[in-house]
Amino acid sequence: MKKVLTGNHAVSYGSMLARAEVVAAYPITPQTQIVEKISELCADGVMDAKFIKVESEHSAMAACIGASAAGARAFTATSAQGLALMDEMLHWAAHARLPVVLANINRSMAPPWTIWTDQNDTISRRDTGWIQYYCESNQEVTDSVIQAFKVAEQVELPAMLVLDSFYLSHTSEPVDLADIALVDKYLPKYQAKHDLDPAKGHPAYGALCNDEWYYELQIKMQWAMEKALDVIIAEDALFGEMFGRSYPVVEGYRADDAEYLVFVSSTIASTAKDAVDRARAEGIKAGSAKVRLLRPFPKPQIRKIAKGKKRLGVIDRNISYGSEGAFYTEIKSCLYHELQRPEIHGFIAGLGGRDVTVDAVYEMIKITAGRSPETDINWQGAKLA
Amino acid sequence: MKYSIPTEEYVTSGTVACQGCGAVLALRYALKALGPDTVLSVPACCWSVIDGPFPYSSTLVPLFHTAFETAAAAASGIRNGFAIRGNDHTTVMAWAGDGGTVDIGIQALSGAVERDEDIIYVCYDNEAYMNTGIQRSGSTPWGAWTTTTPVRHFKKEEKKDMVEIMAAHGIRYTATACVSHAEDFVKKMKKAKQIRGTKYLQVFASCPPGWKMQSEDSIKALRLAVQTGIWPLYEVENGVYKINHKPKEFKPVEEYLKLQGRFRHLKPEDVEHVTRWRDRRWKLLEAKVAMTRELYGAEAAET
Repeated sequence: MKKVLTGNHAVSYGSMLARAEVVAAYPITPQTQIVEKISELCADGVMDAKFIKVESEHSAMAACIGASAAGARAFTATSAQGLALMDEMLHWAAHARLPVVLANINRSMAPPWTIWTDQNDTISRRDTGWIQYYCESNQEVTDSVIQAFKVAEQVELPAMLVLDSFYLSHTSEPVDLADIALVDKYLPKYQAKHDLDPAKGHPAYGALCNDEWYYELQIKMQWAMEKALDVIIAEDALFGEMFGRSYPVVEGYRADDAEYLVFVSSTIASTAKDAVDRARAEGIKAGSAKVRLLRPFPKPQIRKIAKGKKRLGVIDRNISYGSEGAFYTEIKSCLYHELQRPEIHGFIAGLGGRDVTVDAVYEMIKITAGRSPETDINWQGAKLA
Repeated sequence: MKYSIPTEEYVTSGTVACQGCGAVLALRYALKALGPDTVLSVPACCWSVIDGPFPYSSTLVPLFHTAFETAAAAASGIRNGFAIRGNDHTTVMAWAGDGGTVDIGIQALSGAVERDEDIIYVCYDNEAYMNTGIQRSGSTPWGAWTTTTPVRHFKKEEKKDMVEIMAAHGIRYTATACVSHAEDFVKKMKKAKQIRGTKYLQVFASCPPGWKMQSEDSIKALRLAVQTGIWPLYEVENGVYKINHKPKEFKPVEEYLKLQGRFRHLKPEDVEHVTRWRDRRWKLLEAKVAMTRELYGAEAAET
């Protein structure tokens, strides 16, 4: 069934289709419509979930962790300050190996207060052990909630799907809502390997652990992340078979025969396609590649698509202060051992929600095609620098 | 006289607590009251360690360790997780120290109470951050030495009255208890188990190292806390106050204070301060008993 949905409502419907059982969430612009719609769906009996109206995001994640540990499918949504506030518990969910799913609306960090988009809130959480999906369209958002649970429950790591504030969260697009019976076939009821039911025993979870044990638990988390890349790809393929839509972890646009390839993410991925077409019309053999995953980082797929390219560019809607853009770092790093290492430009664009237009991306493609990089940071569309 | 406390043990050997630890007794009694169909949500506190390091656990109920601020939030999640899967019978208990309750944990607790989550929250109160080495908390009483309120700057702020804060939330049931008065504590835990909604109990739990006293004085100090009126035993149920035990005559507070090195520096005027605090508090409590009985017309509030 097709519905015209904002990105926020696409999240809500995704959580409904995925049969989230416990939702613990706290309002924050621009996520509020997610939880409002979920409240409505629960009240109307369309969604059978317990909605805990917690008193902060930190408690939201703590409650999701409790619910997941008790064996229920747990979900939440937040943004920026809220994601930052729950940071301690993001680490907790991952270390506790609980398959909580979270939707984050990428919103810039304060101060100054802002409600518009950039990716700093999530890129600064890339070390927590959470899977991170960056979504380009509302269809992808809905489908990603479902896929995220399927993957998270298999690898026993939490997963977040992220989408741009306003450009996606408040933008309406047609979304094909799958038949829930088919979703049930794809994503059956969650069966936790361990839970808190006293009838099953009385273990303690998360007890004091000295240096004799802790290290290996971290190795297991890393292995789970490595396994996750394969699981994500396999589950996406299955999703494609069942629902007719799939989302490659790295998706090229006119990339195969491109000489100059620009890596993009989130809504800039859509914008880039028009810019690529414009460049192509002028004779520049440009292409773009959307990077859907930041964690686990899809190294093999990046290496594959970058092979044979004359020069690369990366557009980051974020910056790791004191270094450079996050996707730029990750892409550069994974190409380091390749025999052929094309030059690579690092562009920063759209911080604080400043619009990244087709013109802007076209300029970045021109720069990538036109010259060698001089610095790691090339501010685009900025009033300083 | 018949012993009213169940004999089954749900806290077994292997606890790593200090000698004379009131907190161990507290959980032991609490679980005797609740039975094995119970899950614990335990934030950072002494019990994070007392239960034993991985791979051991001395409690015979599932114990979920959680972050410092989150006892009540995690418990809310566990309760709702069970509920959506059709389990309405397992008791979910948040079991936290005073620091994780009145300071860093107060927000999550307040939120849970406001939502009337069906959980029991028990704060075992030893009046400081004992697990991290005896730093002051909002529950540390006026006059006490702690590592962050050294003798020359002993705590000059009054103890945060968490039970009253809970009563002000309109909580269904809140009560004080004391490990030395075990039958009263067990009775209150059993009562809490029967009530749907959030229940808050604050059980006074001695800490020999933190209070700087002999471990063999552990129970004696608790008993004196009740006998001197420093630790009143009372309940508030649906807004009606009831005092469970009023000593005919309060013992002088000195008898309680002098057992503990954390009060050794107090001068006579300081002891007077404590006495005045005790008297004021009891006056207010008794006024609340009378007032709420009249207002809400519930059953008799006398013992």
